[in-house]
Amino acid sequence: MSASSDSTGAGNSRGLIAWIDARFPMTKLWKEQVAEYYAPKNFNFWYFFGSLAMLVLVNQIVTGIFLTMDYKPNAAEAFGSVQYIMNDVEWGWLIRYMHTTGASAFFIVVYLHMFRGLMYGSARKPRELIWIFGCLIFVLLMAEAFMGYVLPWGNMSFWGAQVITSLFGSLPVIGGSLLEWIRGDYVIADATLNRFFALHVAALPLALIFLVIAHLMALHEVGSNNPDGIEIKKLKGPDGHPLDGIPFHPYYTVKDMVGVAGFLLIFCAVIFFAPTFGGFFLEKANFTPANPLLTPPDITPVWYFTPFYAMLRAVPSFAGTQVWGVLVMGSAIVILFFVPWLDRSPVKSIRYKGPIYKIMLTLFVLSFITLGDVGMHPPAGIYPLLARIGTAVYFAFFLLMPWYTKIDRVKPVPERVTGHA
Amino acid sequence: MLKRLLLIAAILVPCGAALAQEASFPLQHVHTNINDVQSLQRGARDFMNYCSGCHSLRYLRYERMAKDLQIPLPLLKENLMLTSTKPLDHILSAMPAKDAVKWFGVAPPDLTLMARYMGKDYIYSFLKGFYADKTRLWGVNNLYKPNVAMPFVLATLQGVQKPVYKSVTDSSGHTRMQLVGVAPGTGGSMTPAQYDEFVTDITNFLNYTAEPIKAERRSLGVYVMLFLALFFVLTYLLKKEYWKDVH
Amino acid sequence: MAEKIDHSRRRLLTAATVGTGAIGVVFAAVPFLASWQPSARARALGAPVELDASKLEPGQMVVVAWRGQPIYVVRRTPDVIAHLGDHNDLLADPNSDNSVQPEYIKATGAARARNPEYWVGLGVCTHLGCAPSSAQVRRGEFQVAGVDLGKDWPGGFYCACHGSKYDASGRVFKNVPAPKNLTIPPYALDKNLRIVIGVDDASQTA
Repeated sequence: MSASSDSTGAGNSRGLIAWIDARFPMTKLWKEQVAEYYAPKNFNFWYFFGSLAMLVLVNQIVTGIFLTMDYKPNAAEAFGSVQYIMNDVEWGWLIRYMHTTGASAFFIVVYLHMFRGLMYGSARKPRELIWIFGCLIFVLLMAEAFMGYVLPWGNMSFWGAQVITSLFGSLPVIGGSLLEWIRGDYVIADATLNRFFALHVAALPLALIFLVIAHLMALHEVGSNNPDGIEIKKLKGPDGHPLDGIPFHPYYTVKDMVGVAGFLLIFCAVIFFAPTFGGFFLEKANFTPANPLLTPPDITPVWYFTPFYAMLRAVPSFAGTQVWGVLVMGSAIVILFFVPWLDRSPVKSIRYKGPIYKIMLTLFVLSFITLGDVGMHPPAGIYPLLARIGTAVYFAFFLLMPWYTKIDRVKPVPERVTGHA
Repeated sequence: MLKRLLLIAAILVPCGAALAQEASFPLQHVHTNINDVQSLQRGARDFMNYCSGCHSLRYLRYERMAKDLQIPLPLLKENLMLTSTKPLDHILSAMPAKDAVKWFGVAPPDLTLMARYMGKDYIYSFLKGFYADKTRLWGVNNLYKPNVAMPFVLATLQGVQKPVYKSVTDSSGHTRMQLVGVAPGTGGSMTPAQYDEFVTDITNFLNYTAEPIKAERRSLGVYVMLFLALFFVLTYLLKKEYWKDVH
Repeated sequence: MAEKIDHSRRRLLTAATVGTGAIGVVFAAVPFLASWQPSARARALGAPVELDASKLEPGQMVVVAWRGQPIYVVRRTPDVIAHLGDHNDLLADPNSDNSVQPEYIKATGAARARNPEYWVGLGVCTHLGCAPSSAQVRRGEFQVAGVDLGKDWPGGFYCACHGSKYDASGRVFKNVPAPKNLTIPPYALDKNLRIVIGVDDASQTA
């Protein structure tokens, strides 16, 4: 290890690194954020979805940039330009399928990521801001996905946009003028398509990237939670590192790579063998151009919006306005922000929580899936009833949380993390 | 079509259940094979002969079709293309849209994406669903698309099927005749089996036009999956190796 | 750390994973880079152009657009054709060694044409891309853009932008700004004087 054994090459590269480090904290950032960022060693399957969300974000940005090169944000040409990408641009079909499949993958990954948070108490003190940044990401992601869905200017794009923007029209007093302001016309039109394009490709991605950085900075400030809900920083070894922590690199870089490979297997299977995913990822009614005079017979949003859409429809209009459904749907999203303060349990992780929380979380998941299914069907037969039950369970999970987490039995939390590798 | 779909929308939106009581005929299932080039070639030929006078394939170019369907260029030019078109042109119909509206009430829809929009079963069923109906302008109606605006251009092949009615009594005691199906007609040059194959070929061809890359996408996908499987195994072994450190 | 770390296995697996990943990234990059190739629409717009030259009078020129550029088709007069080889000493590149044209055109020497009577070339001056004017009569004593081409003029093209001169085969004169002869695109020409610009062989157009 003497200096003389260094080859000149290594000396040169070290010199370059030193030159950069004197001007930019490259090595410092690498050490603090990766090589010496100590993460709990007991991460399980559920901890893949953060890095996978990042992967999908990169996929969406790269494929999105390339789609922008051939897409025409103009009501007369948009639909044709998408077919141009599919048939005329070399490999355009692959780039588009990566983007459309990526949109659905984003929501799958993010829903699982959020479920992980609810299971292991990841929102609890001191990680409230991580959770709030995450919720903001989710809200922006919905806006981003909605506007992206409008761009192909298929008939479902058009009518989806018509219905969703109409929600704003239901607001009292300002509704009507707000609606025209959002659309820039009296119906969804060229002006709407143009501004949605600008927001979809520039404004919202920028905001998303900024929030993702904030989400990660907050995470690395307080450190990751884990399936046991134990603060690993409380027990440090003689070297000053947490006893239950391991450096993110190489241990979690190699582990996340397994997750990435597994994810890509499923992702590419969809792209190459089922890009429409039976009409869930690309809907049949969107394979015909936008027609303002022809509503598709069964107008439903894409699958990732259907739980919220079902809640919207679950509430009938009364007192002369339909704003109540809109308020319920909005509340269903807003209430997520309060989770860090709704959970009053002395323990974080579901492993040490009692049966009530486990039952409530199970019911919550079932209600979310049920609502998702309800939102895909016309509101007839059993569906309106299911929508109301689902909505009630969804809100009960959150609103009753301060009460049932306090009375629930809890198990003692061990000093050290359990079960790993 | 427009009026009918508006009507459907009007019925569906307030009460989706009402539609279920109306007699609607379940679509007939068709088995097509995107890799059966002969079938696709026959479908392309039949489409050009019977459909392309009114219906366009505006998102597909002749040259792309010829390449994918292994049709030699001279053959394409001689048999499938209008004289004034070039191989790289889109497959457009000769009929001006304005005249079409005058003649049929609606412009014949572009069919490039029809198989993805309505599904291939719909195309197959639609082409087999025409039956005689004197009340209609062209003397035909369709089981799967009531009050169809299109004349039955394949009548010389299939013959015109006859409607079969049954008398039904509804809950309020009224008896009326309800359409329950069709019976084979006369005057067609093809046997039912030949006509089925003819319609299957056209359906297969339209399934191709809706996504010309489909066959290639699938075959490429196999290699991608194999590569990713290898990558998965490597990352798994690497993870196992490093995680020997963690106790 | 009770067990011993097998460093060689670790290095091997790391190299294999990184290598496979790198191959994957390269494969994944190909579609994105290839998507910048001219699309089917661009190829349709740049498709070969057909032209019937049988109606051209001697000395007449027509211009057709091919891939957005002007293509000159000139029916040369017998007088011009007979003297094409007479002025090689006045030219910068008489044998077209430094100029752009298909091999079968270069092989025709001074004519630079599949059929000496019908010359086809790109109407873009090799200096700065102006469109040269046609002046097809020998010793015509006529003026182009106010410039007298003189008694020795063998017939050809004159670029009014910066005064470059080309002979009737598009070969550039010495001491003018343009460095190369006019470019000749690939083209085919059949017995009926049907010219197809953009292909070497008329059967390619199908």
